[in-house]
Amino acid sequence: MKLYEIFLRAKSGLSHKHVGSLHATDSQMALQNARDLYTRREEGESIWVVDSSQIVSSNPSDKDAYFAPAEDKIYRHPSFYEIDKEVKNI
Amino acid sequence: MYNYIQNLADNTLILGQRLAQWCGHGPFLEEDLALTNTSLDILGQAQMLLNLAAEIKGDGSTADDLAFLRDAIGFKNVILVEQPNGDFAHTMLRQYFMDVYHVHLYTILSGSSNQSLAEIAEKSLKEVTYHLERSQLWMQRLAHGTKESIDRLQNALNELWHYTHELFEESEELDDLVEQGIAADPIHLKIHWEADVKEWLASTALTIPKTGWKATGGLNGHHSEYLGLMLCEMQFLQRAYPDCEW
Repeated sequence: MKLYEIFLRAKSGLSHKHVGSLHATDSQMALQNARDLYTRREEGESIWVVDSSQIVSSNPSDKDAYFAPAEDKIYRHPSFYEIDKEVKNI
Repeated sequence: MYNYIQNLADNTLILGQRLAQWCGHGPFLEEDLALTNTSLDILGQAQMLLNLAAEIKGDGSTADDLAFLRDAIGFKNVILVEQPNGDFAHTMLRQYFMDVYHVHLYTILSGSSNQSLAEIAEKSLKEVTYHLERSQLWMQRLAHGTKESIDRLQNALNELWHYTHELFEESEELDDLVEQGIAADPIHLKIHWEADVKEWLASTALTIPKTGWKATGGLNGHHSEYLGLMLCEMQFLQRAYPDCEW
Protein backbone atom coordinates (compact mmCIF):
# COMPACT_ATOMS: atom_id res chain seq x y z
CA MET A 1 0.00 0.00 0.00
CA LYS A 2 1.02 3.56 -0.60
CA LEU A 3 1.50 6.34 1.93
CA TYR A 4 -0.64 9.46 1.67
CA GLU A 5 -0.38 12.80 3.47
CA ILE A 6 -3.64 14.24 4.74
CA PHE A 7 -4.60 17.92 4.81
CA LEU A 8 -7.76 19.28 6.41
CA ARG A 9 -9.46 22.66 6.21
CA ALA A 10 -11.21 23.36 9.48
CA LYS A 11 -13.62 25.93 8.02
CA SER A 12 -13.94 27.98 4.88
CA GLY A 13 -11.54 30.91 4.75
CA LEU A 14 -8.74 28.98 6.40
CA SER A 15 -6.15 27.01 4.52
CA HIS A 16 -5.70 23.24 4.48
CA LYS A 17 -3.39 22.07 7.23
CA HIS A 18 -1.33 18.91 7.43
CA VAL A 19 -2.82 16.55 10.05
CA GLY A 20 -1.03 13.25 9.46
CA SER A 21 -0.66 10.39 7.04
CA LEU A 22 -2.22 7.00 6.28
CA HIS A 23 -1.97 3.94 4.06
CA ALA A 24 -4.24 3.17 1.10
CA THR A 25 -4.08 1.35 -2.21
CA ASP A 26 -5.46 4.24 -4.26
CA SER A 27 -6.33 7.90 -3.91
CA GLN A 28 -10.08 7.31 -3.48
CA MET A 29 -9.43 4.91 -0.63
CA ALA A 30 -7.04 7.45 0.89
CA LEU A 31 -9.75 10.10 0.75
CA GLN A 32 -12.31 7.84 2.41
CA ASN A 33 -9.87 6.61 5.03
CA ALA A 34 -8.94 10.22 5.78
CA ARG A 35 -12.62 10.97 6.32
CA ASP A 36 -12.89 8.04 8.73
CA LEU A 37 -9.63 8.67 10.57
CA TYR A 38 -9.38 12.44 10.76
CA THR A 39 -12.88 13.94 10.66
CA ARG A 40 -14.70 11.86 13.28
CA ARG A 41 -14.93 14.82 15.64
CA GLU A 42 -15.89 17.52 13.13
CA GLU A 43 -12.29 18.55 12.59
CA GLY A 44 -12.80 19.63 9.02
CA GLU A 45 -15.04 20.36 6.08
CA SER A 46 -12.61 19.74 3.26
CA ILE A 47 -9.92 17.09 2.74
CA TRP A 48 -6.87 16.95 0.49
CA VAL A 49 -4.88 13.76 0.13
CA VAL A 50 -1.47 13.79 -1.47
CA ASP A 51 0.63 10.81 -2.49
CA SER A 52 3.62 11.16 -0.14
CA SER A 53 6.05 10.26 -2.92
CA GLN A 54 4.87 13.35 -4.85
CA ILE A 55 6.07 15.74 -2.16
CA VAL A 56 9.36 17.45 -2.90
CA SER A 57 10.96 18.55 0.35
CA SER A 58 13.98 20.53 1.37
CA ASN A 59 16.90 18.61 2.78
CA PRO A 60 17.56 19.06 6.53
CA SER A 61 21.28 19.44 5.77
CA ASP A 62 20.45 22.50 3.65
CA LYS A 63 18.89 24.23 6.63
CA ASP A 64 21.58 26.86 7.02
CA ALA A 65 21.87 27.71 3.35
CA TYR A 66 18.12 27.93 2.95
CA PHE A 67 16.92 29.61 6.11
CA ALA A 68 19.75 31.29 8.02
CA PRO A 69 20.09 34.28 5.65
CA ALA A 70 16.62 35.47 6.70
CA GLU A 71 17.55 35.67 10.38
CA ASP A 72 19.02 39.19 10.36
CA LYS A 73 16.49 40.75 8.00
CA ILE A 74 13.89 41.77 10.52
CA TYR A 75 12.68 44.58 8.22
CA ARG A 76 10.96 41.93 6.12
CA HIS A 77 8.36 41.43 8.84
CA PRO A 78 5.36 43.74 8.54
CA SER A 79 5.54 44.30 12.31
CA PHE A 80 5.67 48.12 11.99
CA TYR A 81 2.05 48.41 10.93
CA GLU A 82 -0.76 48.80 13.38
CA ILE A 83 -3.38 46.13 12.83
CA ASP A 84 -7.00 46.84 13.57
CA LYS A 85 -8.20 44.59 16.38
CA GLU A 86 -11.18 43.55 14.27
CA VAL A 87 -8.85 41.83 11.78
CA LYS A 88 -8.35 38.17 12.51
CA ASN A 89 -6.34 35.33 11.03
CA ILE A 90 -3.23 37.36 10.18
CA MET B 1 -46.55 -0.14 12.65
CA TYR B 2 -44.61 -1.66 15.55
CA ASN B 3 -43.55 -4.69 13.50
CA TYR B 4 -42.36 -2.49 10.67
CA ILE B 5 -40.21 -0.25 12.86
CA GLN B 6 -38.97 -3.34 14.67
CA ASN B 7 -37.82 -4.84 11.37
CA LEU B 8 -35.95 -1.66 10.38
CA ALA B 9 -34.46 -1.31 13.87
CA ASP B 10 -33.33 -4.92 14.13
CA ASN B 11 -31.75 -4.85 10.66
CA THR B 12 -29.54 -2.00 11.82
CA LEU B 13 -28.89 -3.31 15.33
CA ILE B 14 -27.75 -6.74 14.13
CA LEU B 15 -25.75 -5.39 11.18
CA GLY B 16 -24.07 -2.84 13.46
CA GLN B 17 -23.17 -5.54 15.97
CA ARG B 18 -21.77 -7.78 13.21
CA LEU B 19 -19.58 -4.96 11.91
CA ALA B 20 -18.41 -4.18 15.45
CA GLN B 21 -17.01 -7.71 15.60
CA TRP B 22 -14.34 -6.56 13.13
CA CYS B 23 -12.95 -4.22 15.79
CA GLY B 24 -9.27 -5.11 16.15
CA HIS B 25 -9.50 -7.69 13.32
CA GLY B 26 -9.64 -5.46 10.23
CA PRO B 27 -7.28 -6.26 7.36
CA PHE B 28 -5.28 -3.10 8.12
CA LEU B 29 -5.52 -0.29 10.62
CA GLU B 30 -7.28 2.26 8.40
CA GLU B 31 -9.93 -0.25 7.28
CA ASP B 32 -10.42 -1.47 10.85
CA LEU B 33 -11.35 2.06 11.88
CA ALA B 34 -13.54 2.59 8.82
CA LEU B 35 -15.51 -0.61 9.51
CA THR B 36 -16.14 0.24 13.14
CA ASN B 37 -16.97 3.83 12.19
CA THR B 38 -19.65 2.45 9.89
CA SER B 39 -20.80 0.19 12.71
CA LEU B 40 -21.22 3.16 15.04
CA ASP B 41 -23.28 5.04 12.43
CA ILE B 42 -25.55 2.05 12.00
CA LEU B 43 -25.89 1.45 15.75
CA GLY B 44 -26.88 5.11 16.05
CA GLN B 45 -29.69 4.46 13.56
CA ALA B 46 -30.67 1.37 15.56
CA GLN B 47 -30.90 3.46 18.71
CA MET B 48 -33.20 6.02 17.08
CA LEU B 49 -35.40 3.33 15.54
CA LEU B 50 -35.57 1.33 18.78
CA ASN B 51 -36.57 4.46 20.67
CA LEU B 52 -39.39 4.93 18.19
CA ALA B 53 -40.35 1.26 18.46
CA ALA B 54 -40.42 1.48 22.26
CA GLU B 55 -42.58 4.59 22.05
CA ILE B 56 -45.07 2.82 19.77
CA LYS B 57 -45.07 -0.27 21.97
CA GLY B 58 -46.04 1.98 24.84
CA ASP B 59 -45.71 -0.56 27.66
CA GLY B 60 -42.83 1.22 29.38
CA SER B 61 -40.05 -0.78 27.71
CA THR B 62 -37.04 1.20 26.56
CA ALA B 63 -34.76 0.90 23.53
CA ASP B 64 -32.25 -0.89 25.78
CA ASP B 65 -34.88 -3.42 26.88
CA LEU B 66 -35.67 -4.17 23.25
CA ALA B 67 -32.00 -4.56 22.33
CA PHE B 68 -30.81 -6.56 25.31
CA LEU B 69 -33.77 -8.43 26.77
CA ARG B 70 -35.47 -9.96 23.74
CA ASP B 71 -34.82 -13.55 22.68
CA ALA B 72 -33.93 -14.50 19.12
CA ILE B 73 -37.54 -15.28 18.20
CA GLY B 74 -38.49 -11.70 19.12
CA PHE B 75 -36.07 -10.24 16.58
CA LYS B 76 -37.51 -9.25 13.20
CA ASN B 77 -34.34 -8.62 11.21
CA VAL B 78 -33.69 -10.18 7.82
CA ILE B 79 -31.45 -13.25 8.01
CA LEU B 80 -28.89 -11.56 5.75
CA VAL B 81 -27.59 -9.24 8.47
CA GLU B 82 -27.03 -11.99 11.04
CA GLN B 83 -24.86 -14.04 8.67
CA PRO B 84 -21.31 -14.45 9.99
CA ASN B 85 -18.74 -11.92 8.82
CA GLY B 86 -16.80 -14.58 6.90
CA ASP B 87 -13.91 -13.07 4.99
CA PHE B 88 -13.64 -9.42 4.02
CA ALA B 89 -15.40 -10.03 0.68
CA HIS B 90 -18.40 -11.51 2.55
CA THR B 91 -18.61 -8.59 4.93
CA MET B 92 -18.29 -5.97 2.22
CA LEU B 93 -20.76 -7.65 -0.16
CA ARG B 94 -23.35 -7.89 2.64
CA GLN B 95 -22.59 -4.26 3.44
CA TYR B 96 -23.00 -3.24 -0.20
CA PHE B 97 -26.37 -5.03 -0.41
CA MET B 98 -27.55 -3.29 2.77
CA ASP B 99 -26.15 0.11 1.77
CA VAL B 100 -27.99 0.09 -1.56
CA TYR B 101 -31.14 -0.96 0.29
CA HIS B 102 -30.77 1.66 3.02
CA VAL B 103 -30.13 4.51 0.59
CA HIS B 104 -33.36 3.77 -1.30
CA LEU B 105 -35.28 3.03 1.89
CA TYR B 106 -34.29 6.21 3.69
CA THR B 107 -34.79 8.31 0.56
CA ILE B 108 -38.44 7.20 0.50
CA LEU B 109 -38.91 7.33 4.27
CA SER B 110 -37.60 10.92 4.40
CA GLY B 111 -41.05 11.74 3.03
CA SER B 112 -42.93 9.41 5.38
CA SER B 113 -46.21 10.66 6.79
CA ASN B 114 -44.90 9.62 10.20
CA GLN B 115 -42.91 12.65 11.32
CA SER B 116 -40.54 10.76 13.67
CA LEU B 117 -39.71 8.17 11.04
CA ALA B 118 -39.14 10.88 8.41
CA GLU B 119 -36.68 12.67 10.69
CA ILE B 120 -34.74 9.49 11.46
CA ALA B 121 -34.59 8.66 7.75
CA GLU B 122 -33.38 12.12 6.81
CA LYS B 123 -30.53 11.98 9.32
CA SER B 124 -29.59 8.40 8.45
CA LEU B 125 -29.61 9.04 4.70
CA LYS B 126 -26.47 11.18 4.99
CA GLU B 127 -24.66 8.36 6.75
CA VAL B 128 -25.67 5.55 4.42
CA THR B 129 -24.88 7.66 1.35
CA TYR B 130 -21.28 7.65 2.50
CA HIS B 131 -21.40 3.96 3.44
CA LEU B 132 -22.56 3.14 -0.07
CA GLU B 133 -19.81 5.22 -1.64
CA ARG B 134 -17.32 3.20 0.39
CA SER B 135 -18.74 -0.27 -0.22
CA GLN B 136 -19.23 0.50 -3.93
CA LEU B 137 -15.54 1.24 -4.34
CA TRP B 138 -14.66 -1.95 -2.50
CA MET B 139 -16.95 -3.91 -4.83
CA GLN B 140 -15.11 -2.46 -7.80
CA ARG B 141 -11.69 -3.18 -6.32
CA LEU B 142 -12.53 -6.75 -5.38
CA ALA B 143 -14.45 -7.54 -8.59
CA HIS B 144 -11.64 -6.22 -10.80
CA GLY B 145 -8.77 -7.20 -8.54
CA THR B 146 -6.89 -10.48 -8.48
CA LYS B 147 -8.12 -14.00 -9.16
CA GLU B 148 -8.32 -14.52 -5.42
CA SER B 149 -10.39 -11.42 -4.77
CA ILE B 150 -12.78 -12.32 -7.61
CA ASP B 151 -13.10 -15.92 -6.34
CA ARG B 152 -13.81 -14.74 -2.81
CA LEU B 153 -16.41 -12.26 -3.99
CA GLN B 154 -18.10 -14.93 -6.13
CA ASN B 155 -18.18 -17.25 -3.11
CA ALA B 156 -19.75 -14.49 -1.05
CA LEU B 157 -22.32 -13.85 -3.79
CA ASN B 158 -23.15 -17.59 -3.96
CA GLU B 159 -23.85 -17.65 -0.23
CA LEU B 160 -25.52 -14.29 0.33
CA TRP B 161 -27.69 -13.74 -2.75
CA HIS B 162 -30.53 -15.97 -1.47
CA TYR B 163 -30.86 -13.86 1.64
CA THR B 164 -31.49 -10.60 -0.18
CA HIS B 165 -35.10 -11.40 -1.21
CA GLU B 166 -36.23 -11.03 2.38
CA LEU B 167 -35.57 -7.29 2.23
CA PHE B 168 -38.56 -6.95 -0.11
CA GLU B 169 -41.07 -9.33 1.43
CA GLU B 170 -44.65 -8.15 1.20
CA SER B 171 -47.41 -8.50 3.77
CA GLU B 172 -50.91 -7.17 4.32
CA GLU B 173 -49.74 -5.18 7.31
CA LEU B 174 -47.03 -3.56 5.22
CA ASP B 175 -49.49 -2.82 2.40
CA ASP B 176 -51.62 -0.84 4.84
CA LEU B 177 -48.63 1.17 6.01
CA VAL B 178 -47.59 1.89 2.43
CA GLU B 179 -51.13 3.05 1.69
CA GLN B 180 -51.00 5.43 4.66
CA GLY B 181 -47.73 6.86 3.36
CA ILE B 182 -45.81 5.63 6.40
CA ALA B 183 -43.71 2.79 4.96
CA ALA B 184 -41.70 2.31 1.77
CA ASP B 185 -43.29 0.11 -0.90
CA PRO B 186 -41.26 -3.15 -1.06
CA ILE B 187 -41.97 -3.59 -4.78
CA HIS B 188 -40.61 -0.15 -5.52
CA LEU B 189 -37.56 -0.81 -3.31
CA LYS B 190 -36.89 -4.12 -5.05
CA ILE B 191 -36.96 -2.54 -8.51
CA HIS B 192 -34.45 0.13 -7.52
CA TRP B 193 -32.23 -2.21 -5.53
CA GLU B 194 -32.07 -4.79 -8.30
CA ALA B 195 -31.40 -2.15 -10.94
CA ASP B 196 -28.39 -0.83 -9.00
CA VAL B 197 -26.97 -4.21 -8.01
CA LYS B 198 -27.44 -5.79 -11.43
CA GLU B 199 -25.88 -2.79 -13.14
CA TRP B 200 -22.80 -3.29 -11.01
CA LEU B 201 -22.80 -7.07 -11.55
CA ALA B 202 -23.03 -6.58 -15.32
CA SER B 203 -19.75 -4.67 -15.22
CA THR B 204 -18.04 -7.66 -13.57
CA ALA B 205 -17.39 -11.33 -14.36
CA LEU B 206 -19.51 -12.37 -11.36
CA THR B 207 -22.63 -14.50 -11.82
CA ILE B 208 -25.77 -14.71 -9.73
CA PRO B 209 -26.28 -18.25 -8.37
CA LYS B 210 -29.14 -20.05 -10.11
CA THR B 211 -30.58 -22.30 -7.40
CA GLY B 212 -33.64 -20.11 -6.99
CA TRP B 213 -33.85 -20.77 -3.27
CA LYS B 214 -35.03 -17.80 -1.21
CA ALA B 215 -34.43 -17.40 2.49
CA THR B 216 -37.49 -16.40 4.51
CA GLY B 217 -38.71 -16.32 8.10
CA GLY B 218 -36.60 -13.60 9.71
CA LEU B 219 -39.50 -11.15 9.77
CA ASN B 220 -41.48 -13.68 11.80
CA GLY B 221 -38.65 -14.39 14.21
CA HIS B 222 -37.45 -17.59 12.54
CA HIS B 223 -33.72 -17.09 12.28
CA SER B 224 -30.57 -18.97 11.42
CA GLU B 225 -28.55 -20.46 14.27
CA TYR B 226 -26.11 -17.56 14.05
CA LEU B 227 -28.45 -15.00 15.61
CA GLY B 228 -28.81 -16.83 18.92
CA LEU B 229 -25.06 -17.24 19.26
CA MET B 230 -24.54 -13.59 18.53
CA LEU B 231 -27.19 -12.49 21.03
CA CYS B 232 -25.53 -14.60 23.76
CA GLU B 233 -22.49 -12.39 23.42
CA MET B 234 -24.32 -9.11 22.82
CA GLN B 235 -26.80 -9.53 25.67
CA PHE B 236 -24.54 -11.28 28.19
CA LEU B 237 -23.86 -8.31 30.43
CA GLN B 238 -27.48 -7.18 30.84
CA ARG B 239 -28.61 -10.77 31.36
CA ALA B 240 -25.94 -11.59 33.94
CA TYR B 241 -26.10 -8.24 35.72
CA PRO B 242 -29.64 -6.90 35.22
CA ASP B 243 -29.89 -3.09 35.08
CA CYS B 244 -26.14 -2.78 35.40
CA GLU B 245 -24.80 0.65 34.38
CA TRP B 246 -21.32 2.03 33.96
